[in-house]
Amino acid sequence: MSTTEVDRQWTTRLRKRVTAKLPPEKLLPDTQPSYVSSWIYVFGVTTMAALAVVIATGCLLALRGPQWWHGSSVGHFVNSLHLWSVEIFFFAMVIHLWGKYFMAAWRGGRALTWMTGVVTFVTSIAAAFTGYLCQTNFDSQWISTQAKDGINATGAGAFWNVLNMGQMLMWHIVLLPIAAVLLTAFHVLLVRVKGVVPPFDDTATVAS
Amino acid sequence: MTAKRFRPDVDAPEWKGGHTPYDIVKEGVIALVVVAILTVLLAVVFGSPDEPALTVKGWSNSDPMDFAATALSELNGTSGTAQYGAPYNNASTGQQLGPLTLAKWVGDRIPVNAANAFVVNPLRSLPEQPVLSADLQQWSNASATTRAGWVNNYTHAANHMKVVGGQLVVSASNAGPVQVMMSDLFQMARTGALDQALVTQKGFYTTDYTLPLLFLADGAYMANIAQKQHLTGDQWGMMNETGNYPGQAWLWLYTFWYQVSPMNTSGNGDILVWAIMMLLTLGLVLVPFIPGLRTIPRKTKVYRLIWREHYRGLT
Repeated sequence: MSTTEVDRQWTTRLRKRVTAKLPPEKLLPDTQPSYVSSWIYVFGVTTMAALAVVIATGCLLALRGPQWWHGSSVGHFVNSLHLWSVEIFFFAMVIHLWGKYFMAAWRGGRALTWMTGVVTFVTSIAAAFTGYLCQTNFDSQWISTQAKDGINATGAGAFWNVLNMGQMLMWHIVLLPIAAVLLTAFHVLLVRVKGVVPPFDDTATVAS
Repeated sequence: MTAKRFRPDVDAPEWKGGHTPYDIVKEGVIALVVVAILTVLLAVVFGSPDEPALTVKGWSNSDPMDFAATALSELNGTSGTAQYGAPYNNASTGQQLGPLTLAKWVGDRIPVNAANAFVVNPLRSLPEQPVLSADLQQWSNASATTRAGWVNNYTHAANHMKVVGGQLVVSASNAGPVQVMMSDLFQMARTGALDQALVTQKGFYTTDYTLPLLFLADGAYMANIAQKQHLTGDQWGMMNETGNYPGQAWLWLYTFWYQVSPMNTSGNGDILVWAIMMLLTLGLVLVPFIPGLRTIPRKTKVYRLIWREHYRGLT
């Protein structure tokens, strides 16, 4: 096989493109610009850590099915872990979001990073909401019957039926977590490619 | 080559300063351990709520008059579901956003005939009972006008409806089979058979609770319990959950719009709130491109708190 032929392979071209955009030292950096020194940066990684705990505890709940936790003290404890990891996840995510807003973190060609972050936030809200719908208790009954009117009013309720526990369970444990994880991964890769936004410099006159 | 004009809310200055050591893997592991420990602590201290689901059996025994009135409203077409419109039926236009009738355009894709779904079909699922079977046959053979007459006569008599010794008592005349149907449905509910009949209308296996949830929501029983749990719309509704738990606090803005006029009084309140939230969400996604919104961070100078060490180093 000639070198030219190897160079023209899809695999070779993809590898070259990926490594050019995101060389290992950018993907897993061992230094950061010195301005990356504030507690606010903790909340991005905290959000991801909480997401990992949310998924792990969700997987534990999945082992015995959606109604296990009603009749088992162990199951109830796992449900409590799942609930509180979700609360930490949103707490960290909202602070991360506001922090990034006040840093104007979209500057310097980082608009897509901001946008994927917001879409991840909205997707996570849908994921958490569907979780409340498939708890199979009074909260599920009340929240689903209240939520149906808003969703039905948009026309979406005809396809996304919040009263259909099976459909909501599938969205909660399959579709929305996959979307949230993929979006998070893409968001983080964009951060690694573009780097952390530098502070404002009122004296700057030339765009980077 | 001419340098581009620097736009401070769009462009970022090139960093020419120093770098410091940064262990991203260590940071991630520490965050994971801290979050895991915090999660365990919160779970141990606060636990999680688990208020048992309501049942039609419980409803009909705890609040039999509300159950009977709701069942009758399904039969006479005055219930919330019977008059809902899309996606359940074509009884009304549904909510409108100006001239847009979004739900109606999509149509009744989850068809629910309230009288059949909540009364007639469950009764048909009962084991053979001569009187009820004959009455259901009479109901089936009657014209829509005749049925409406029977239901009308029963509805008028139901103003004096009572529950005596566990029996539904309505002194109705010219109500055809309705008296027996309502009485048997009442007994069916109190034994728990109606709970099963509502979820098994599409077969043995089911994960779809559309019918029992719509039925429960048409009565006042569930709403009264929700009121005591601070869960109704004017109590910041579904962002709360039972007990003293934070619930879906992140839905505060969505719930907020239900507290203010005209959304809290309009028949189109839901679609108005959704329209507002969709616009706000779109605005949040597009902040980097919206002059004014993207300027606020630079103007408020909150960033000087975030990067205070950096700015301190510059002075």
